[in-house]
Amino acid sequence: MCLAIPGKVEEISTDGLIRVGRVNFGGVVKNVCLDYVPEVEVGDYTIVHVGFAISKIDEETAEQTLQDFRTLGLLDEELGTEEEAFARAAKAPQSPCPDGSCSSK
Amino acid sequence: MKYLTEFRNGEIAQRMAREIHSITTRPWKIMEVCGGQTHSIIRNGIDQMLPAGIEMIHGPGCPVCVTPLELIDKALAIAAQPGVIFCSFGDMLRVPGTDADLFQIKGAGGDVRVVYSPLDAVELAAKNPDRQVVFFGVGFETTAPANAMSVHLAKRRGLKNFSLLVSHVLVPPAIEAILQSPGNKVQAFLLAGHVCSVMGYWEYPPLAEKYGIPLVVTGFEPLDLLDGIRRAVIQLEAGKHEVENAYSRVVTFEGNRAAQKLLAEVFEVTDRAWRGIGVIPKSGWRLSEAYRDFDAEQRFHITGIHTQESALCRAGDVLRGAIKPAECAAFGKECTPRHPLGATMVSSEGACAAYYNYGRFISAEELATAGSGLSGAAHA
Repeated sequence: MCLAIPGKVEEISTDGLIRVGRVNFGGVVKNVCLDYVPEVEVGDYTIVHVGFAISKIDEETAEQTLQDFRTLGLLDEELGTEEEAFARAAKAPQSPCPDGSCSSK
Repeated sequence: MKYLTEFRNGEIAQRMAREIHSITTRPWKIMEVCGGQTHSIIRNGIDQMLPAGIEMIHGPGCPVCVTPLELIDKALAIAAQPGVIFCSFGDMLRVPGTDADLFQIKGAGGDVRVVYSPLDAVELAAKNPDRQVVFFGVGFETTAPANAMSVHLAKRRGLKNFSLLVSHVLVPPAIEAILQSPGNKVQAFLLAGHVCSVMGYWEYPPLAEKYGIPLVVTGFEPLDLLDGIRRAVIQLEAGKHEVENAYSRVVTFEGNRAAQKLLAEVFEVTDRAWRGIGVIPKSGWRLSEAYRDFDAEQRFHITGIHTQESALCRAGDVLRGAIKPAECAAFGKECTPRHPLGATMVSSEGACAAYYNYGRFISAEELATAGSGLSGAAHA
């Protein structure tokens, strides 16, 4: 949940209430609220947490971090679809224990 | 396990680790507050690159872990109601309440949705005026600006069917609670980089002064963590206690002023219960008077739900840094990621889950040996 991912701002518009950026995270593009980073412009890199840009960063740092996150599989987890999130949850059965491994207690 | 050498800058990391070895003359206990940092440390084997005397203690900085069982039960009670669309981040789905989790509520017909951002939940409320849309707003200062904006926008858009089930927690009071706890062993803290990107680090100098401890703002990548540890050790060895920023490419002293401004408008400080720890005074945020109408606890009349935590689980001791996960008798036995007893095993960011997933099964003898070695050195 606390992961913040760097991305490149490709487009900026407004929905009337907030400033919205189209931000590219190594290929996955999402709408991001830019209200907390008024200094960010098209072409800039920013760190994004749950759909909100919270800090501007330089390109080199951003690209390196993205590369590391991709290696670790964190990009898929953070930017995946709702279906993927439920599929992950289905594979992580917890309570009550579905495989019987704790029923012997 | 992926070790540091697999990463870029593996050589620089090795050099930094060697420097830490060369400057360390005594054992030190350093706590990383953030769950994301705990994972990076364990996954990359950073703790194993350090001198034997440097012990990393894993702090309570996993939002999923510290969300009290009672709040999970409240979430389940709301999500099970007809006419409700209950929105959450994906990592809350499998956190067990007393009788079920959100995933099971969905299986039983509840409309539980995973959203990427709380703004998605606001959008759902606008598109479904005949339904009540609730967002499960947990998290630290990093996540709070997003949740604050969601309520702020819902208010500006006049949405009467959006509410927030909120349990925000704050880092500085948690650090202070740890420092004040009897038998505290922590001598320095790595501060959570992304919390500080929002809040800055102006809140911390009084803590460093009052308790005489070094505080180092630290990032999440292997090199960031090694640099944070290195700077903490340098201060400890020199007897200093300052607030330092080892993550300056992201964090400034002031933090994000625009975010802090809205946070101050939407939230107010309140006492919060931390799962496994108990109530810490003034350690969280709730909706301020101006936004109280958007409080899901009020809207769904569930303030009467009160839940006791498990007695077997020692998550509280783990979160306080009093024990390592493997020192808990239930670790890897009654308590596994598939059947977690406590919050630190529930979340993939939790300290117990990190130890379990990365194969850190330390035997009791090994622990005893390591422990006596440390204390022996400390007395030397």
